[in-house]
Amino acid sequence: MFFQKEIETMNRKDLEALQLERLKRIVQYCYDNVPFYHQRLTEAKVTADKIKTLSDLQYIPPTTKADIRDSYPFGLFARPMKEMVRIHASSGTTGKPTVVGYTRNDLNMWSDAVARLCVAAGATDEDIVQISFGYGLFTGALGLHYGLEKIGATVIPVSSGNTEKQVMLLNDFGVTALVSTPSYALYMSEVAREKGYDVDKFKLRLGLFGSEGCTPEMRTQVEKGFHLFATDNYGMSELIGPGVSGECEYRDGLHFAEDHFLPEIVDPNTLEHKQEGEIGELIVTTLTKEGIPLLRYRTKDLTRLNYSPCKCGRTHVRMDKVMGRSDDMLKIRGVNVFPSQIESVLVSIPQIGAHYQLIVRREGFSDTLEVKVELVDSSLLDKFEALENLQKTVAGNLRTVLGIQAKVTLCEPKSLERFQGKAQRIVDLRNAGK
Amino acid sequence: MIIKQLSIFVENTKGRLADIADILAKENIDIRALCVADTKDFGILRLIVNDPEKAAIILRENHCTVALTEVLTIKIEDKPGGLAKPIRILSDHGINVEYMYAFVSKEFDSAFVILRVENNEAAIKILLDAGVTLVSSKEIYDM
Ligand SMILES: [Zn+2]
Repeated sequence: MFFQKEIETMNRKDLEALQLERLKRIVQYCYDNVPFYHQRLTEAKVTADKIKTLSDLQYIPPTTKADIRDSYPFGLFARPMKEMVRIHASSGTTGKPTVVGYTRNDLNMWSDAVARLCVAAGATDEDIVQISFGYGLFTGALGLHYGLEKIGATVIPVSSGNTEKQVMLLNDFGVTALVSTPSYALYMSEVAREKGYDVDKFKLRLGLFGSEGCTPEMRTQVEKGFHLFATDNYGMSELIGPGVSGECEYRDGLHFAEDHFLPEIVDPNTLEHKQEGEIGELIVTTLTKEGIPLLRYRTKDLTRLNYSPCKCGRTHVRMDKVMGRSDDMLKIRGVNVFPSQIESVLVSIPQIGAHYQLIVRREGFSDTLEVKVELVDSSLLDKFEALENLQKTVAGNLRTVLGIQAKVTLCEPKSLERFQGKAQRIVDLRNAGK
Repeated sequence: MIIKQLSIFVENTKGRLADIADILAKENIDIRALCVADTKDFGILRLIVNDPEKAAIILRENHCTVALTEVLTIKIEDKPGGLAKPIRILSDHGINVEYMYAFVSKEFDSAFVILRVENNEAAIKILLDAGVTLVSSKEIYDM
């Protein structure tokens, strides 16, 4: 099923021609309407008419979250406030929030983009959808809300919190689709069981999950918790909110709304373009946004792009699930190492716990990586050999995925630090003592 | 005849063995015998105590990885070949001893050897047939 079939299945040549035309237009628009971009583009000597191909993008300096924050609150707005019909903001972990504004056209484009990913995931006008994201300045709830209304689904704006009530409504209203974070969905399923609900009788069939990463392991757990088909979608408030990309029924990558958002993958250190299929930082240019257009916005999210045709018929590029943040990327012996890669290796080995710590050292002229993991399987204690084999298995699997040898240290359970929120599991000692 | 041994995973950090001994002492668990097998990074501490089930619970509460392993204890005759004889009998019957360690009891004025073998039932039968004295779990726990 498609929401805008003609656009979603447009052949790539036409799509790229459309992107180029829109790119030129948005560069001109930014130059004309946003003083910040006027200055940036002038300094970089980039004008709209100099852009001949999509790869000419590389001459435009990237925009960062700091650029938006430095223009707090409305400095990057391209339209007068009179034309803005909505303001959202993302909570800054430090200092001021990042503020974004939407014109009426923006809201319309946004709900189209969300409607597309909902339909691609399998939502229809028959669905009763519970939205368990918090409503407010956060874009998640209202983004999904308007997109789902647009396809004619019945929307229940429960918002976040009060899990027992959430579960009661899931049951009593015969909810068929759930919008939440995957971890909250998992928690709800646990509460439902604790409260004695017969979860097998729930009508839930579809999960539209987002706002946090969802590993394949987590997805399996959520699907076991509630018997539903879990799909992932991606976005961020700076770009629009949810709606930037989302999974189709084949769940082999998230289709970008490429007519509105132009993606690139670059090396986070050098900003050089990566080859198709290589992992790097996602940079996105908003091609049609009026309120706060962004040229080459650095998402700091690490992923890769796949331009090959999808079984669903959509031609728009697919991005992998986000593999981590470029801020967390480590360069060890010249190899890029993402903590998420290490995580995926560790969760696949049941004898060890989910917590880990990475320690990078410089010994002589070479970097070393130590991975500390917690031993949880007591059945290995009978034989010394079994523990040594476990160490070898972990190191071997890490080598396969990372391409470098790591020293694996087994630790006692609960001995590794637990971190609240953003895990600080990396200790880089290479510059210590310098 | 089968005795429960605690197998505890320990990191080779200073004082960890003392910590574990302290945890057990506080709960009035007496250690009858112990042995440590280790590499540079970690070790397995093997303990025979007066109440292995309770000790395991206490250690798990203290975030230790603990397994209960079934072992045999034999009483060694105080004469040359006292240990060699039972080991040879087992090996003659194709039973492999994975590890063993000994302790002495003043009270009984004799030595005991803990044996970890693959097949406890078979080993018990062979040892008893050969006239080796096996110690019951009650004797060990009450020692
Ligand atoms: Zn698809």
